[in-house]
Amino acid sequence: MTTVHSPRVSRRSPARLALRRFLRNRMAVAGAVFLVLVVLLAACAPLIASHDPNAVDLAAFRRPPSGEHLLGTDSSGRDVFARLVYAGRVSLLVGLASALAAVIIGTLLGAVAGVVGGVTDTLIMRAADVVLSFPALVVVVVLAGILGPSAPMLVVVFAACNWPTACRVVRGLALGLREQEYVQASRAFGASRASIIARHIVPAVLAQVAVVGTLLVAQTILLEAVLSFLGLGVQAPQASWGNMLTDAQNLTLIRSMPWLWLPPGLAIALTVLAVNFVGDGLRDAVDPRGAR
Amino acid sequence: MDEPLLTIEDLAVRFPTEDGLVKAVDGVFLDVRPGEVVGVVGESGSGKSVTAMSVLGLIKRPGRITRGRIAFRGRNLLELSPRALRAVRGSEIAMVFQDPMTALNPVVPVGRQIAEAVRLHRRGLGRGAVRDRVLALLASVGVPNPEARYRQFPHEYSGGMRQRAMIAMAMANEPALLIADEPTTALDVTIQAQVLDLLRSARERSGAAAILITHDLGVIAELADRVAVMYAGRVVETGDVHAVFDAPRHPYTRGLMASRPRLESSPGELVAIPGSPPSLLAPPSGCPFHPRCPIAGDREPCRTSRPEPASVGAGHTTACHFHEELA
Repeated sequence: MTTVHSPRVSRRSPARLALRRFLRNRMAVAGAVFLVLVVLLAACAPLIASHDPNAVDLAAFRRPPSGEHLLGTDSSGRDVFARLVYAGRVSLLVGLASALAAVIIGTLLGAVAGVVGGVTDTLIMRAADVVLSFPALVVVVVLAGILGPSAPMLVVVFAACNWPTACRVVRGLALGLREQEYVQASRAFGASRASIIARHIVPAVLAQVAVVGTLLVAQTILLEAVLSFLGLGVQAPQASWGNMLTDAQNLTLIRSMPWLWLPPGLAIALTVLAVNFVGDGLRDAVDPRGAR
Repeated sequence: MDEPLLTIEDLAVRFPTEDGLVKAVDGVFLDVRPGEVVGVVGESGSGKSVTAMSVLGLIKRPGRITRGRIAFRGRNLLELSPRALRAVRGSEIAMVFQDPMTALNPVVPVGRQIAEAVRLHRRGLGRGAVRDRVLALLASVGVPNPEARYRQFPHEYSGGMRQRAMIAMAMANEPALLIADEPTTALDVTIQAQVLDLLRSARERSGAAAILITHDLGVIAELADRVAVMYAGRVVETGDVHAVFDAPRHPYTRGLMASRPRLESSPGELVAIPGSPPSLLAPPSGCPFHPRCPIAGDREPCRTSRPEPASVGAGHTTACHFHEELA
């Protein structure tokens, strides 16, 4: 490494440089803006929705969109718009919570595996292999049968199924970092492995982990939709984007009443797309060599 | 004479490789007394750094210490628990690394890294006290404007400043023994003298003993009280710097002295020791230096038996069968 930067450039921290690269990526910024909007809508659901999402009005049954019901009503006469924003809460929360949990577990295990090595490493990584060889869908079906389907159950299962992704990434990075002389120096100054993981490994892998985490959020939102659609996830009457689509299993409905399935379908597709854009943008921002 | 602070006895370190067992260190004896500077010289691969890393218990896997004793203040460091060893590292024995660019975390401000070194051994110290200590340390190693430098990243430091920061880190807990592994090798020649001066004054102020590893005989002459010359994983000659440099009693030390470039020598007149350092996978039989030795010739003992260190003066030992011929 040389020190031939101009003083102005050298004053920027790596984080700030990454932020600049991220902001230069239009798709990622658009995705981020869209996500912020979705999150705001979901967070402010009670203020935005004029109807109770679970209020059944059998008189107003599968009404097309109108001034009274912005996106019409569903088969039980519930307001689709209200259900859509409330469902956003559930879907986003399940996605975020499970991705966060998966990333935290994965990062810690990966860092320990990489730094400690030996038998510990083997045990953790074989456990990761085992988990990866399990189809998440099957696990959820089984657990739904045992514990009963619910949103918290989904979070736990998704976290339990997805931690190996982060674990592998972090372990790979930790193996490289462990050999860095500053880590050796840290040991020479009396640092324990735990403090090396906390001070040198975790901060150094945070950026890459954020990328993994973002992409996991997208994956989980999709998976949640699939499971809820199948009736194994979030249970009625609580709305989620996936179980709102359940109503659209009927060909006639699909053809004649698009307001029943188009809004949740679009919500899922656009949110996942936006999260993926943000994830890709983060990846490029974090690793300048990968970007143009 | 004082009790030694550090005694290395018959240390052997092996590294299994695909080609066989590398005997990086093979029977090293070394004493360091309180307040004394011991210079360790030798070619690359002679085992200098491995010896130093053994003292801190930082031999990288799959390397292993297979034999010997490293006594520090009466305790055998090789038998300490990992926890007890961590308490020694950085606190009683501290290390200055060769390349301050790689020995500092590039994404952590320098001040925080020194603070970490302080905090590791003084848990009770509050935030402000740690910060004050770091600022005082930075000032003591001649880093101008410590307040501003505290927040800067390693890449904002020049090479010399970085090494100053490393020395500040090493002195953070006033160690009794400082190990400096080629502290000036990665620096510009103009900076080397400054850093050596700093190392000397920092050491003198704290009264710490030091092991100074280098291949630069000038650095040894400048700073060390005693010198240990290493070759092929062993100490071949040791003694007072003046005694050894003025009258080397080992042919390898002689070769080293002769191969120093001198001002008065004309270009093209560099003297080299013939041959190359021995393979540590299959060291030569007998004296490891005999294939390159100017005095061994075809003599029997050089080829068949490994010379043991023999005393040739007060504290001056050499491991050569025919050291009398060099007197």
